[in-house]
Amino acid sequence: MSSIREFSARSLAVNRGGRPVFKDLEYTLSAGQLLKLVGPNGSGKSTLLKTLAGLIHFREGNIIIDGRSLADEGHISECIAYLGHKNALKREFSVLENIDFWAQLWGRPDKVGQSLEDMGIAYLKDTPVRYLSSGQMRRAAIARTICHRATIWLFDEPTVGLDDQGLELLSKTMQRHLQAGGMIICATHVPIDVPDHLTQILNMADFSVPLSALEEQWL
Amino acid sequence: MMRLFGLLTKRDIKIGWHGGSTSSMVVAFFIIVVTLFPLGVGPEQNMLSRISVGVIWVAALLSCLLSLDRIFQADFEDGTLDQYALGPLSLELVVISKALAHWVTTSLPLILISPLLGILMNMDDRAFLPLIYAMLAGSPALSLIGTIGASLTVSLKRGGVLLSLLIFPLYVPILIFGVMAVDASVMGTGGNVPLLILWAITLFSLAITPWAAAAAIRLALD
Repeated sequence: MSSIREFSARSLAVNRGGRPVFKDLEYTLSAGQLLKLVGPNGSGKSTLLKTLAGLIHFREGNIIIDGRSLADEGHISECIAYLGHKNALKREFSVLENIDFWAQLWGRPDKVGQSLEDMGIAYLKDTPVRYLSSGQMRRAAIARTICHRATIWLFDEPTVGLDDQGLELLSKTMQRHLQAGGMIICATHVPIDVPDHLTQILNMADFSVPLSALEEQWL
Repeated sequence: MMRLFGLLTKRDIKIGWHGGSTSSMVVAFFIIVVTLFPLGVGPEQNMLSRISVGVIWVAALLSCLLSLDRIFQADFEDGTLDQYALGPLSLELVVISKALAHWVTTSLPLILISPLLGILMNMDDRAFLPLIYAMLAGSPALSLIGTIGASLTVSLKRGGVLLSLLIFPLYVPILIFGVMAVDASVMGTGGNVPLLILWAITLFSLAITPWAAAAAIRLALD
């Protein structure tokens, strides 16, 4: 894992379909910290995560990783792992084939078994993905995300479909990652068991652009 | 870099061949379309022989079109495309790998089966080799241009019909020179020139497809 000390956003503003989703968004995350994104539905949690991953362009501001700015370089993907709503698993292949493919793509095939064990699905490794339950698929997707040991994990609702045991395994995996100096940004509505002193909370409602301000612009 | 490219291509080819999916369906469609012609125009051998090359080319175009919307659709829907966009391989190379996998799983079987259909259509003996040469030269362009169309319509729910409308006009030159290359070499009037033009079309589409399709995908993901 490459060591990154600081991952921050400065007065970030993002538009979707011509409508501002949030503006003046700021945070600073240090090594070993979790940033929890909270806020009502539609407040831009997923949009923020996609923006940080580099999938969506931002209108203003900047995203900075250890002084390297995303606005200048366009792409800082090698240290970022992103888990979206979609699992990115192929139904035709087994769990192991799926995860092994991504691990090889990232050049880290050595941690696949470990990732499967972290999420408690080592016993499913030869099962085709089409036979998995939605919770098992989510676990496989988390294992796929963490298999190449990126420093920064971006999780969008990772707990959807997970049972209590899955939630516990996820919390433990996240804690281990933080202890090793990694960073996590996670949008979730479920409490995740990570010590408070390592957790920052970002309420997306603080940065949302109220509709009235928008209407004033139009008037 | 080449290792990653190979990894991706291998995976898509595997999906293409997987359990009676796209590939076998496309080949079956190709055979059915061609066999419909003798039924439609009657079994007169001279007539069939005269239209055989054109029919095989048109059927190949249609079959190719049938499979285009699968190039990116599945990856877009299950989130794989997001991961490719973040991955260590640039989207331009992902696009080429996709087109290559499409060519191997769709066009190559069509080329291999076309002599058989030539027999069915009472095609001139001298036309078999030129037909294979022409299809080898022109079919990569079918996959490449189709990849651009597939990337443009990836975020549309029912993009298949629009895709056909977009792509068919661009396939017309390949059809014209493809048939011309075979006919000219049968007549002995120099099939080389149309063949070279087919190669030129293929190389040209190879040069623009990665940039065009990668840009369209970035827009679709945004």
